[in-house]
Amino acid sequence: MSQTIRTRKRSSVAVIGGGIAGQAVIEAVREQAPDLSIKLFCAEDHAPYDRVRLTELIEHGRPVDDLRLRPDEWYADHKIEVVTGTRVSRLDTRSLTVYTNDDAQRFGAVCLATGSEAMVPPIEGADKPGVFLYRYPGDCEQILGNARPGARAAVIGGGLLGLEAAKALVSLGCRVTVVHLMDRLMERQLDATAAAMLLNSMQDLSVEVLTEHATVEVTGEHTADGLRFADGDSLACDFIVVSVGVTPRIDLAKRAGLTCERGVVVDDRMQASAPDVFAVGECAQHDGIVHGIVAPIYDQAQAAAAAIARAKDVFYTGSIPSAKLKVMGVDLVAIGNVENGETVTFTDPATGVYRKLAVSEGQMVGAVLMGDTRGHELLLDIAKTGKLIEDPLATLARASEATAAELPDGAQVCNCNGVCKGDIVSAIRERGLTSIQEVVAVTRAGAGCGSCKPLVSEILKLETGDVVDEQAYLCPCKSLTRDDIAGVIREHGAKSVSEVATRCGAGRECGACKPGIAYLVSEINDNKHREERGARFINDRVHANIQKDGTFSVVPRIYGGVTSPAELRRIADVAERYEVPMVKFTGGQRIDLLGVSKEQLPAIWEELGMPSGHAYAKAVRTVKTCVGSRFCRFGIDDAIEMGIELEHEWEGVYTPHKVKAAVSGCPRNCAEASTKDIGLIAVEGGWQVRVGGAAGASVREGDVLVTVETKGDAMRIATTFLQYYREHGEYLERTYGFVERVGLDVVRENVLDESTGEPQRLRERFRLARAAVTDPWLERREPVHPKQFSEIDSEAAPAGRPAVAFGSESTPAQSPVAVNDSEPTPAGTPVA
Amino acid sequence: MNPTATSPASRSGLIALCEAADVPFGEGRSVTLHGRRIAIFNTAAGFFAIDNDCPHQGGPLSDGLLADACVTCPLHGRRVDLRSGRVQGHDESVRTYELYLLEGSLWLNFDAMEPLAA
Ligand code: SRM
Ligand SMILES: Cc1cc2nc3c(=O)[nH]c(=O)nc-3n(C[C@H](O)[C@H](O)[C@H](O)COP(=O)(O)OP(=O)(O)OC[C@H]3O[C@@H](n4cnc5c(N)ncnc54)[C@H](O)[C@@H]3O)c2cc1C
Ligand code: SF4
Ligand code: FES
Repeated sequence: MSQTIRTRKRSSVAVIGGGIAGQAVIEAVREQAPDLSIKLFCAEDHAPYDRVRLTELIEHGRPVDDLRLRPDEWYADHKIEVVTGTRVSRLDTRSLTVYTNDDAQRFGAVCLATGSEAMVPPIEGADKPGVFLYRYPGDCEQILGNARPGARAAVIGGGLLGLEAAKALVSLGCRVTVVHLMDRLMERQLDATAAAMLLNSMQDLSVEVLTEHATVEVTGEHTADGLRFADGDSLACDFIVVSVGVTPRIDLAKRAGLTCERGVVVDDRMQASAPDVFAVGECAQHDGIVHGIVAPIYDQAQAAAAAIARAKDVFYTGSIPSAKLKVMGVDLVAIGNVENGETVTFTDPATGVYRKLAVSEGQMVGAVLMGDTRGHELLLDIAKTGKLIEDPLATLARASEATAAELPDGAQVCNCNGVCKGDIVSAIRERGLTSIQEVVAVTRAGAGCGSCKPLVSEILKLETGDVVDEQAYLCPCKSLTRDDIAGVIREHGAKSVSEVATRCGAGRECGACKPGIAYLVSEINDNKHREERGARFINDRVHANIQKDGTFSVVPRIYGGVTSPAELRRIADVAERYEVPMVKFTGGQRIDLLGVSKEQLPAIWEELGMPSGHAYAKAVRTVKTCVGSRFCRFGIDDAIEMGIELEHEWEGVYTPHKVKAAVSGCPRNCAEASTKDIGLIAVEGGWQVRVGGAAGASVREGDVLVTVETKGDAMRIATTFLQYYREHGEYLERTYGFVERVGLDVVRENVLDESTGEPQRLRERFRLARAAVTDPWLERREPVHPKQFSEIDSEAAPAGRPAVAFGSESTPAQSPVAVNDSEPTPAGTPVA
Repeated sequence: MNPTATSPASRSGLIALCEAADVPFGEGRSVTLHGRRIAIFNTAAGFFAIDNDCPHQGGPLSDGLLADACVTCPLHGRRVDLRSGRVQGHDESVRTYELYLLEGSLWLNFDAMEPLAA
């Protein structure tokens, strides 16, 4: 029909629906038709974001913006018009007119990418308040609002999404029961064995599971308070999340007269029943199938884009469904169907590994990889290409050892963004890429959940012959950047450094990156991580700075550098009693007790009765102050008050590198605030906020971030900047390097522009991190390990007891017999 | 050396150091035996014993940062292989000792260290 005009170039296309499919279509079209005008209609208030990562909104309280597929500039750079919050109400397929409530516009082609809606099951009472679906950011907000620690949640549906939601709720402290209709979890993807293992794993994660439970009613007078099942049983709960599948959103297509069955029926070019009208994604039905996952979208978008751009023919011929469960602690990938054909399995109950491959007439039809998902890229490629399998067991075994080199070009590396190895290789070759960051930016492999980054990095190494831009690696041994490792932490919900090591090997070879990873784990988990002292530098194991002779220094916190006679007297007493070799004023306006043994630390802290000054840590160190308006004849404002307040507000918060601050009461700047990481200087009519200053190994004058009128504003902005640095600074990057790398404009945009909501969110996350802070010196009374402050043959002086008799005990016992006294086994004597 | 399951009876000169639990996982602790300061490490690859003093300027290796089988000196970052005692990138090494884990306790081979004992 449209054959006659095929050669004419099209001038415009409307893409309806800004989901992953809509985004994929505009990207593919732009690539093939640089001049075509493209308009994207988004019914949601957000520009396209990654729905696959929706759970992060709940689990990590992330804003939707963090899930954006592309930043605003990308749309501007690629000349794509995006209208958000605008639903297309009618489509005229003959004139190709797209109607919204207040506009009508004609296009050369239209592509539907309207996706689907979460299905509402026909259960009595399913419309009660307290029953939530799981599809939009708004759903997550509502769920979050109800997910208090200890709340009882029921999740209806034991499929991929239901399980993901369940785990997220558990991590928020809810007690969760998954209610599933069928006799096993994820029955569409898993066989009985894998489903049984999955059930165990979910129970290990504290998720209760009820299978073969048909929910017939949501109970509760006004709001939901429980479920009633077909067998008469019931379950009490505080709220309910429903995740039982999706329904393609085809109302617009139907009204436009397009042929629809379950989805909008399309041919191999993704063309619907009218010329110049296409459909891609979860709203499209190709060859009788409507896919509910992302992977097929990219192939569909290529075909549609080729037709829209009138480039060469590209045909979509279907996809093998594959799914990866994004639940931390459960590694599971299911490809195709394992219930047909002959199967081979590899099982290792001890480690919870189950790998199964199904082959029919020499071709792979499905696989389930549980506990060990290595090689899934290779298997997916074998399934897609229909390669002949001669020895299924050998294929299964080989897959687990596949290296990047063995992967065929067609193997999909990044499932979030549908990027194949071949795409990555050619991008590296054609553009001469040398760093992972560049590869991610260009190909978008790894830009989603980040779990494929180790593989991307292997491919890059392969291509460049191991010459990879090393500068920004947090773990150089494994070529992993801060972002890579952050991705691993987020994807697996890792709470400790050793979990990160298990997932990606970081920290195992030389260990140098462990403190950096420890920081990242704590920062991402808002300080609610699992602390492992072995991952910390000695200073952070004993909360004191190691000196050249193996002794330590004690710098108590003296807020703003302001002390009192009583405090000074106490410090002096302690120094005398413990015969501290040196007492010194530091360059940061504090007092340092130098030459203290590890065993003395707890007792000295106890007697000082002052909090830690964190002089040993990558943390907020000091806020220096000058005299200011309290006494100084030039003082414009009260520097001391502000310095003390700031130090209280920031105390104990760990940072990528140390953070030093200062407050000066007038531009004479006696506190040297212009060369501090964060400096505040009172000026006529307000406060100047400076960031990125230094006067150590490098000297850099801090940039004036902003000058504001009130003290409150200045302090708020300083805190916002601090959190921005905490989240984006590379480990061991001081603010002087950070501000230069990121650029002052970007810092301003993120820290000052309140209209975006980001500054507010930064402060909110800072508050969370700050709330979890405790004084590390309290470990004197509750050490994390009995030997935290002692050696095998020494004991720490007990904290809390007057330490008069202490001196003589402090030297380590010299005889091994002393150690062996407590040995219950063959006495402490050498075995002859 | 990595602990093995040899029975104490079959070995002479083993000296009981401490409970394995006295050395926290991922960390090191030191002990003085015959005038030598020895570092004991508890790593993912097992327990190790080497001289505690760093060949550079005597930094306490037991306070170092551990990986699976190496330790980094807390003072200036020399890296010592726990299996061989060799210092990475320098023509230096520290002495290693045979260490045994038996029924939850750590035992050091006393004979093997005698020649060096002051
Ligand atoms: C104690 C103190 C010297 C003194 O007696 O005055 C000191 C002592 C050390 N400084 Fe400093 N710095 C001290 C003020 C400074 C200052 C001045 C200041 O804070 O106002 C600077 C310049 C300002 C700055 O940091 O931008 C300073 C710039 C450095 C640097 C260079 C950092 C840079 O990137 O330029 C290092 C090295 C590093 O961090 O890697 C360093 C490292 C160190 C270390 C931590 C070296 C180490 O790892 O052992 C020293 C710890 C000794 C100890 O146990 O206390 N220290 N150091 C000062 C403690 C301040 C405090 O009260 O907290
Ligand atoms: C929590 C969760 C986790 C998931 N995890 C995975 C996973 O791990 N792997 C995987 O492969 N898949 C996963 N999925 C499924 C995946 O998100 C979908 O397959 C994919 O998002 C579908 O994209 P789409 O663009 O076709 O549809 P949608 O994402 O539904 O987008 C359609 C968009 O079109 C808009 N729209 C609809 N009608 C109109 C109109 N008339 N005018 C303007 N705009 C309109 C909608 O508002 C919507 O924004 C997950 C889904 C969820 C909810
Ligand atoms: S300048 Fe700082 S790091 Fe250097 S010797 Fe003095 S205290 Fe130590
Ligand atoms: S003393 Fe060990 S590296 Fe210097």
